[in-house]
This record gives sequence, C-alpha cells and structure tokens, in this order.
Amino acid sequence: MRSMELDRQAELNALRPDLLRFARLQLRDAAAAEDAVQETLLAALTGSYRFESRSSYKTWLIAILRNKIIDIIRGQSREVAATSLADDEAGDDLLAETLFDQRGHWQAAAQPGRWADPDASFEQQQFWRVFEACLDHLPEKTARVFMMREVLGFETDEICKEAGISSSNCWVVLHRARLGLRTCLETKWFAGAGTEGQR
Amino acid sequence: MMLSCRQATELMSQEQDRPLTISERVALRLHVWICAGCTNYRRQMGVLRAACRRFGSGGTP
Repeated sequence: MRSMELDRQAELNALRPDLLRFARLQLRDAAAAEDAVQETLLAALTGSYRFESRSSYKTWLIAILRNKIIDIIRGQSREVAATSLADDEAGDDLLAETLFDQRGHWQAAAQPGRWADPDASFEQQQFWRVFEACLDHLPEKTARVFMMREVLGFETDEICKEAGISSSNCWVVLHRARLGLRTCLETKWFAGAGTEGQR
Repeated sequence: MMLSCRQATELMSQEQDRPLTISERVALRLHVWICAGCTNYRRQMGVLRAACRRFGSGGTP
C-alpha cells in the first residue's frame, strides 16, 4: 500500500514540469500557474484512480489542470482590456507587412508551403517543444485569447465577454494569433530542420 | 468581390469562430481555388486546431 503511494508520488513528480509549463503558457503568471498545479496534484493524490499507463495518467492530470485554469480565468477580473490588446497590435502589423505586399498578396518568400505529414510531427516530442515556444512567442494578451479559444475550448462569445472586447475585435485577435503561430511553426519546424519536410 | 490573400486569411480564421455568410463563403472558395498559398494556409489552420486540441488534452508524447 505504502509503496503504491510512493510510486504515485514519483510519477506525479516526473510529470510536474509538464504540468507547470502547460499552466504557465495558459496563465502567463508564474504564481497562479504554481497554485493551479499544486491544486491539481493534491486532487490527484487524494483521488483513488488507477491508471494503466503513464500517458493516460498525464491525460487525466491535464484534464484536472485545465479545469483549474478555466476556473482561475473565469474568476479573474477582466484585465485583458482593449487598450492592452492594442499594445500587441504594433508587432502584429509588422508581421502582416512582412507577409503581404501592398495589394494584400503573399510576398514571394512568405507564400505558405505545404506542411509534410503533420501527424508524424505530432508524435515527436521535439515538435511540441517548438509548438510551446511558438505559443510563448505570441504577444501576451493575444496568446491568452487564442489559448482560451483553442486550447481551453471557450466559445468566442465568452472570450469576448471575459476580455471585454467586441466580437469583431475578438476575431481580429484570433486571426493575428493564428497568423503568428503558423508562421512561427513554418519557419521553426515545417520549413526546416525539424523534419525532412518537403515544400 | 475579389479577395486579396490578406483578406482571405482573415476569413479562413473567422470560419473557425463563426459561420461565414454565403457571399463570404463563395468569395473564399473562389480565391482558394486559384491560390496555392491560401490553399496551404487553409490546411494549416486545420493543423493548428488539431495541434491545440491535442496539446490541451494532454495527448502529447
């Protein structure tokens, strides 16, 4: 009995860095992320679930952590004010200018290429390191709105409400995030060294 | 209405967040039909969504 508990402790400790990185990316607040992970580990230790494999254990922990993060976000004051989103805009406009010409067509060098076999990339740990780095590279508020939508699964309406912005503003922010993220993934992974990616 | 690639990328993002109007759908379809860059971009939007779902459900290796 005792040793089973110790095994579980060891397992949790091994997964802790993964959980912490996940929470930090979503919350961009080290203290809040730490709290969310602590609560998750506590919930996991006091639960009586058994798991067949480490991967299902991680899935379960991430599901608990996600709910904690969603609670934290819902409990927060609406701090993603339109003004702070505007701060993100300058950099994004710069990105759009490097991607598109005056008439709004792709610049020759920026034309999106074909991403070879994304499913194979999904199986590689290194891909997810790059993916996390690219998420982290997005402007802070933009990233937050994007992750609420795509990672945490909020509906757009609720994000607009939480962030205190209009729907059309919300769509603009999400578009910028997607444009930035795919450009980062193309440069840092699909176009280059990451895989034997053909274009 | 003839879309630029920049406008097309806006619609390819928005189609993931709201239903596009009929005229937007037609304009986007016409544009993607003749534009290889935007055809790739649209597939990439699907890859992003799949990656985020997987990331969010702890299904990463």
